Amino acid sequence: MTAALRFDPIRLPEKCEQLRKEVRAFLAEEIAAGTFDPNKPNREDTDAPEFSRRVGAKGWLGMTWPKKYGGQERSFLERYVVTEEMRVANAPTRRFFVADRQSGPVLLKYAPEHIKMEILPRICRGEICFAIGMSEPNSGSDLFAAKTRATKTDGGYLINGTKIWTSSAHIADYMIAIFRTSPPTKENRRHGLTQFLVKMKQPGIKVNPIGQITGQYEFNEVVFTDHFIPDDHVLGEVDGAWKQATSELAYERSGPERFLETYYVLTELVRAVGPNPDTRSAEGIGRLVAQLHTMRRMSVSVAGMLQAGKEPVVEASIVKDIGTVWEQQLPHRVRDLAAFVEETATNRETLERQLDFAIKTAPKLTIQGGTTEVLRGIIARGLGLR
Amino acid sequence: MAFSDHRAQEETARQLIRQARQWQNTGNAVAESDNIVVETAEKIFADLADPQTINNDKNNSWQAPLWQALSEAGLPLAWVPDDLGGSGASLADGFALLNAAGRFAVAVPLAETMLAGWLLAQARIASPEGEMTVVPASPKDRITLDADGALSGRARGVPFAKAAKHFAVLAHGKDGAVIALVDASTGRIESGLNVGYDHSDTVTLDKVQPITIKPAPKGLDQTTLMLMGGVARSLQIAGALEAMLDISVRYSNERVAFEKKISKFQAVQHNLARLAGESAAALAAATSAADAIANAKSFNDEVYLEAASAKIRCAEAAEKGGGIAHQVHGAIGFTMEHILHRYSLRALAWRDDFGSESHWAVELGKLVATRGADELWPLVASR
Repeated sequence: MTAALRFDPIRLPEKCEQLRKEVRAFLAEEIAAGTFDPNKPNREDTDAPEFSRRVGAKGWLGMTWPKKYGGQERSFLERYVVTEEMRVANAPTRRFFVADRQSGPVLLKYAPEHIKMEILPRICRGEICFAIGMSEPNSGSDLFAAKTRATKTDGGYLINGTKIWTSSAHIADYMIAIFRTSPPTKENRRHGLTQFLVKMKQPGIKVNPIGQITGQYEFNEVVFTDHFIPDDHVLGEVDGAWKQATSELAYERSGPERFLETYYVLTELVRAVGPNPDTRSAEGIGRLVAQLHTMRRMSVSVAGMLQAGKEPVVEASIVKDIGTVWEQQLPHRVRDLAAFVEETATNRETLERQLDFAIKTAPKLTIQGGTTEVLRGIIARGLGLR
Repeated sequence: MAFSDHRAQEETARQLIRQARQWQNTGNAVAESDNIVVETAEKIFADLADPQTINNDKNNSWQAPLWQALSEAGLPLAWVPDDLGGSGASLADGFALLNAAGRFAVAVPLAETMLAGWLLAQARIASPEGEMTVVPASPKDRITLDADGALSGRARGVPFAKAAKHFAVLAHGKDGAVIALVDASTGRIESGLNVGYDHSDTVTLDKVQPITIKPAPKGLDQTTLMLMGGVARSLQIAGALEAMLDISVRYSNERVAFEKKISKFQAVQHNLARLAGESAAALAAATSAADAIANAKSFNDEVYLEAASAKIRCAEAAEKGGGIAHQVHGAIGFTMEHILHRYSLRALAWRDDFGSESHWAVELGKLVATRGADELWPLVASR
């Protein structure tokens, strides 16, 4: 067979189920205390620094990292459980999510020791927020077309240029960004980019919020003007970011956040149709649940592969491709079925309000964090077509 | 390899199956790559069920030697314990075998005989030699047991009924479900073909006296049988999709159009990436359901979710994935002489057996609705 795709049926170990109970209890308390409303899905709008610290105090941030950096040395499967429970509850994870999922692991791998000791424990305590500086006005999916310059100067680099579509930059304490340190070579157009740790809220950095079609201000333009970054903030190999950035994207592509973004409308539909659905509603719900269940099993399987030390790049891309297309279509399928919900359904207004928001959210889901087209290119390469 | 060489090897294989089972019983799980049942089956399929050879053979002369080799290796009765005439493989090994059978689009009643043997074994009824199938094969049909111990009823779409020597029947008596072994010649068979050109027949039992009949164990009913059959079909569909992905990728790397291999066109690459996704989804859903059943203590809601979802998602993948495989192949894939239809049409046909995806979607939807909105996530996240 050309393509030996494997999705072994991982069963979550018993300790995961214990953890799941703890997370559910914690979230129920937070909801009861009014920290967030689980029926209000626009958590991207909500910055909840105190909640973030309480999650950190539970030991649920950086939970797979070494203890000396504040981590818990727990498994990817345990982290998976925390992530999915937060997501399904519509918890306000914005402040810590990027740091926990993406930025922390990059620092672990590429940052000098003193930086790791300084920053990683603060991520684990839920104190600091990260942003990712990849896209630029003329380079989105084509990462290696980035032009923002890092020019060598005494003891560091001067940054000039613009990053764009940068989620959370307006509240972030740090950003991990790629800047151009050399021109690309004839042989390798990906050469010449370097990954940096950027301390935000400093001179030479201006953050301009950009309004989104949902009505939120969640991403930003970040303009650098002679912003100074010290030498020890270089992450990994100078001019060699292309070796690092791609694996960073591949690793975390298949988590539960890649198919649960609009999940709340399905729950609300089930509530609206009640215990005795007609055949049409039952069939529609049955199919959606079967599709959801399948994706989750695939996603858990990838988490199991990560735990086993594998690099399931193609499998992870498949999960993200199928998962994001599904979560994008979900609000529309739920809308189809909701057309026949009784006028008297008690949660009709909630469902309508949620659908309104989910339908506006949907277009971004197959763009953020690697477009469908990029993912299918990666899968095609894995199949030996490119 | 000449057929006579098989016998000695398969006698050994049969012993190895027993050994593998003993290892598993002692808690030493055998990894799938070292699965002796699957290795044995794949060897037989490769030698005696090569899709191209079969496709060229207009007289079906491959069928008898293939069935004989499978039987000698103890594979059709894989799920029957030794003391009931089978080879006593684990549920997990049998499911892996069905997945392998799907990769070769095997068109002999292997899955059907395995399911029949499994059903009979649930009531401690020994399995006879030869081809079997299960009656009924649809959740809509019903066989009843009357007061004088005779079976009556009509079952449509019974796979390979015409080839079967015996039926394993699940019937409804006044004291609950019963399991019976029935001589196929005592039933009336109206022959038919499914869209994959395999036999899918209507079986009518009219006051038929079974050879053996026993009460079904507690918890085993027609729904359980349909879920079990549905998971078997899901694994076969997943296997067929793996094969379709494989031959489609190979074909795209050979076929030249507009002066380059068609695999170099982005539109073709993206279609194949989607086919890989459908194949992966089918495999994940089917193997997850098989694992759930193999480790289940009862058919609870979690197992129901797994099994019903597998059938629904694999059936959807058969349509979407098979469609892409045909699109990549163009006109050649639409010919009888090309092997693609052996996989694509069978995968579509398998959707209909043991309850279609529409049937299971309605049933799963009702289950979810009955449990209520706040119990949906706990169900999905149950394992």
